[in-house]
Amino acid sequence: MKTSAAVETYREDMTSKKIVRVTDVTKDFDLGKIVVHVLKGIDLEIATGHYISIMGPSGSGKSTLFNMIGGLDKPTSGKVFIDEVDIAQLDAYELAWLRCRKIGYIFQTFNLIPVMTALENITLPMTFAGSTGDAATKKGIELLDLVGLEGRHSHRPSELSGGQQQRVAVARALANDPSIILADEPTGNLDLTTGEDIITLLKKLSRERRVTVISATHDYKMLNVSDKVIWIRDGRIEKIQNREELDIKTGGVEETSGGDV
Amino acid sequence: MERLAGLPLKISLGIALKSIKVRFFRSLITTFSLVLAVAFLSFTHISDDTAQSLLSYGGPDILSTLSGLGYDIDSAADSIIASPKQRWIVFLSLLVCVVGIINAQLMSVTERFREIGTMKCLGALDSFVVKIFLIEAALQGLAGSIAGTVLGGLASLTMALARFGLIVFTSLSWPAVLESMIIAVIIGTSLSLLGALYPALVAARMQPVEAMRVEQ
Repeated sequence: MKTSAAVETYREDMTSKKIVRVTDVTKDFDLGKIVVHVLKGIDLEIATGHYISIMGPSGSGKSTLFNMIGGLDKPTSGKVFIDEVDIAQLDAYELAWLRCRKIGYIFQTFNLIPVMTALENITLPMTFAGSTGDAATKKGIELLDLVGLEGRHSHRPSELSGGQQQRVAVARALANDPSIILADEPTGNLDLTTGEDIITLLKKLSRERRVTVISATHDYKMLNVSDKVIWIRDGRIEKIQNREELDIKTGGVEETSGGDV
Repeated sequence: MERLAGLPLKISLGIALKSIKVRFFRSLITTFSLVLAVAFLSFTHISDDTAQSLLSYGGPDILSTLSGLGYDIDSAADSIIASPKQRWIVFLSLLVCVVGIINAQLMSVTERFREIGTMKCLGALDSFVVKIFLIEAALQGLAGSIAGTVLGGLASLTMALARFGLIVFTSLSWPAVLESMIIAVIIGTSLSLLGALYPALVAARMQPVEAMRVEQ
């Protein structure tokens, strides 16, 4: 089934800007003896300010697509545009700028820098962007407040719980006011309620700051807040569901939704 | 598309210092082989310096005493020569030390793979990663070399004192000793940098996507 986002019509989104555009992307991995076709032609458009979930079983190409959207990997063929810039054309310095200013990353394993305090972790992307000193510190503390960690600025990651670490990671992702937040299984290492808190936080940020949140996930809790869910199977887009369709499908019986399509 | 500029040295230095401070014990062990090698280097050099000073200072039986202790003396030029055997031992100890540093730094890079990947996701340039590792190596090298030089120098002077008595201090040419110490520090620091170069390049070449990997 080939559902191209380009031909889909969205009610309120017809006019809004596309922050990510993926056209006919394929990705092969050469393993020496065999070449694995991980992505087999993906077309996708993501509108600014949306909350997108990419769902799919392990080995479906979900992570590969996700990395491609995040500018971490380059396609074998096809093009990936982030904010209308073809990422294949960028050199190392431009890619670094893109990762630093346009995209905020959230990882399943939090990935805070262990030797730095919460505040230093948050101001690190600002340092890379060339902003240091009082302004960066002030903004860092504001971001800590925003994610609900007032007064924890001098704690090291090892002194924080998993949920708190992920909150710091969310604040760090926001440090340079990115257009996109890429979250790779952000709730994968968290318990149920803490995971829900993080999802709520991400949703709130997406709504209030018009940040596009793109997350790769197995977590069905994520579906309820998503504006759109992209299902990947076997290197292709299986289907793209909008919020409304989801609510009907998931209502009550979460476990069966999406499993049998 | 804009490009990211490199970071000023002061900030890289701060981050490197912090990294050493937090992993102080680890850094200490990494540095310890360098301390020993540089101590040996400075010990042999300063021993030669004291012997040379004694020789120049002169004395009736100094020549035979020194020969008896195993120093090679060029009687024509009245100077102590470092024997090839001695040179080889020093060279080998430094070589072993460099290999040890490369090993320790590669371990450190592997240990910090996720940290490096994350930094790259946050916008760190390759040059920044190289800089961090080289600054850390330079700081460790400098500290280790100074410690080793002082240690080796003290040991050598103590031994000379025990062998020849107080005459060592009256005869000793301090500029020569200072020169030997400075050379030992420079060699030690350079070796530390040399050992860290390849691991730093490995770290810099790492892809940011590695940070996403869960299994480690």
